[in-house]
Amino acid sequence: MNIDRRHFLVMLPAAAIAWKYVLAGTPEASPNYAMTDHWWSMLIDIPKCIGCGNCVRACAAENDVPNGHFRTWVERYHVTDWDMTNPEVISPDGGKEGFPAVQEDAGKYFFVPKLCNHCADSPCTQVCPVGATFITPDGVVLVDQTYCLGCGYCVQACPYGCRYIHPEKKVADKCTLCYHRITKGLTTACCESCPTGARQLADLKDPNDPIHAFLKTHHVQVLKPQMATGAKVFYNELDGAVR
Amino acid sequence: MNYFKDSAHLFRFFFLFVVAFVVFLVVRHFVVPKSFGEYGHYRGAAIAEIAARPARFAGHETCETCHADVLETKKAGKHANVNCGACHGPLANHAADPSIQPAKLDTAVLCIRCHAASAAKPKGFPQVDAGQHSGGLACETCHQPHSPAIQTGDTK
Repeated sequence: MNIDRRHFLVMLPAAAIAWKYVLAGTPEASPNYAMTDHWWSMLIDIPKCIGCGNCVRACAAENDVPNGHFRTWVERYHVTDWDMTNPEVISPDGGKEGFPAVQEDAGKYFFVPKLCNHCADSPCTQVCPVGATFITPDGVVLVDQTYCLGCGYCVQACPYGCRYIHPEKKVADKCTLCYHRITKGLTTACCESCPTGARQLADLKDPNDPIHAFLKTHHVQVLKPQMATGAKVFYNELDGAVR
Repeated sequence: MNYFKDSAHLFRFFFLFVVAFVVFLVVRHFVVPKSFGEYGHYRGAAIAEIAARPARFAGHETCETCHADVLETKKAGKHANVNCGACHGPLANHAADPSIQPAKLDTAVLCIRCHAASAAKPKGFPQVDAGQHSGGLACETCHQPHSPAIQTGDTK
C-alpha cells in the first residue's frame, strides 16, 4: 500500500481518535446484557399509589438499607385549598409501615414515592472529587463504594435528598435502581413488590417499552425540572404542590 | 556558545524534574486501577462488581415455573397483577433451594397494609374498616388471598 505524505497527514487525526478506543479496550463481554442497549428510567403513577410501603420494605430487604436511612421512601401530601403552596407532608419511617388512616376533609391527599432520579446530568456525580460516583452507559447513577472517601459532597449536591452516608461503611449510599437485578432481566425490588403497579421500571431505549405510549398520552412530569438535572423518574399526574 | 557556558545548574534541575516525572508515572501506574477511565472518570470494573450482587427477590417469573397452579388462580382474580413478592417477600433462597420453607404469612397484617380504609387512598381502591367489616374474623375465612372475591360453593 502506497501512502504519500499528503494522505498520511490526512489520516493522522483519524488514527489519533481511533487510538483512544484501542487504549480503552473492548468492553467486558456479557452474554445477555449490553449496556449500550438500555437507558433506564422509572415511571410512577401517583393515582395508583396506596401508600402501603411495600416498596420501602422491599428495598430495605433487597439492598440491606440501614434502619433510619432510605433508598426509596413514600411521602403523603395533604394539600388544602386555602394554602396550596404549603402542603403538609409526612413520611413516618419513610412510609415503611404505611400511613395513619385519615378521615375525608376539605383537603386533598395523595402519596408520592421517591427515589434517586438517576439524572442524566446529575449534580451528585459532578461534585465527586475522586470519581467514585458516576452514571453508567445505561443511565444508572452508581457509587463505587471501594473508591468513595465519604466526604459527603454528593449528599449535599443531590437536590432530591436521595443520598446518605452509610452509618457502618462510612461511604455514600443510594438507590442503584437494583442494578444487580435489571442487568439480569429482573425488575427492581420496589417495582416487583408494588401491588398496584404504581411503580414501573422503564427502558427508554427499548422501542417496545410501554413507557413511550404512556408519556405521549399522560400528563407526566419530573421533580424539580427547573434544576435541569435530566431526571429520569417520571411522575404521572404530579400535583404542583410537590417539591 | 556563550549562552550555555554556565548552564550546568539548569541541567541538574532538568534532570531532577525528569526523575520526579518518571516517579510520578510509575506511582500512577500502580495506584490508579486498571479499569479507571474505561467508560468515564471512574473505575469501570465497579459496574460489573455492583451488577454481580445476588438478588433477594426471585421475581414472579421464577415463582411461576413451579407454582403454576397459583398463577392460574391469581389470573382469574383481582390480584392478577400483584406479584408474588409483594406479599411473600424476598424468597430467592427458597427458589434456589425449595427445601427452605418460607415463613407462614399473617393475613391480619398483610391484607390491612393495603386495604385499611383511609381517605388518603385513591377512591377506586377497595378499602375496609377491618373491625366493622369482619367483626374480628381472619380475612382468609372468607377471602382467598390469591383470588380474593368471595367464592360460592367449593373453596379450598
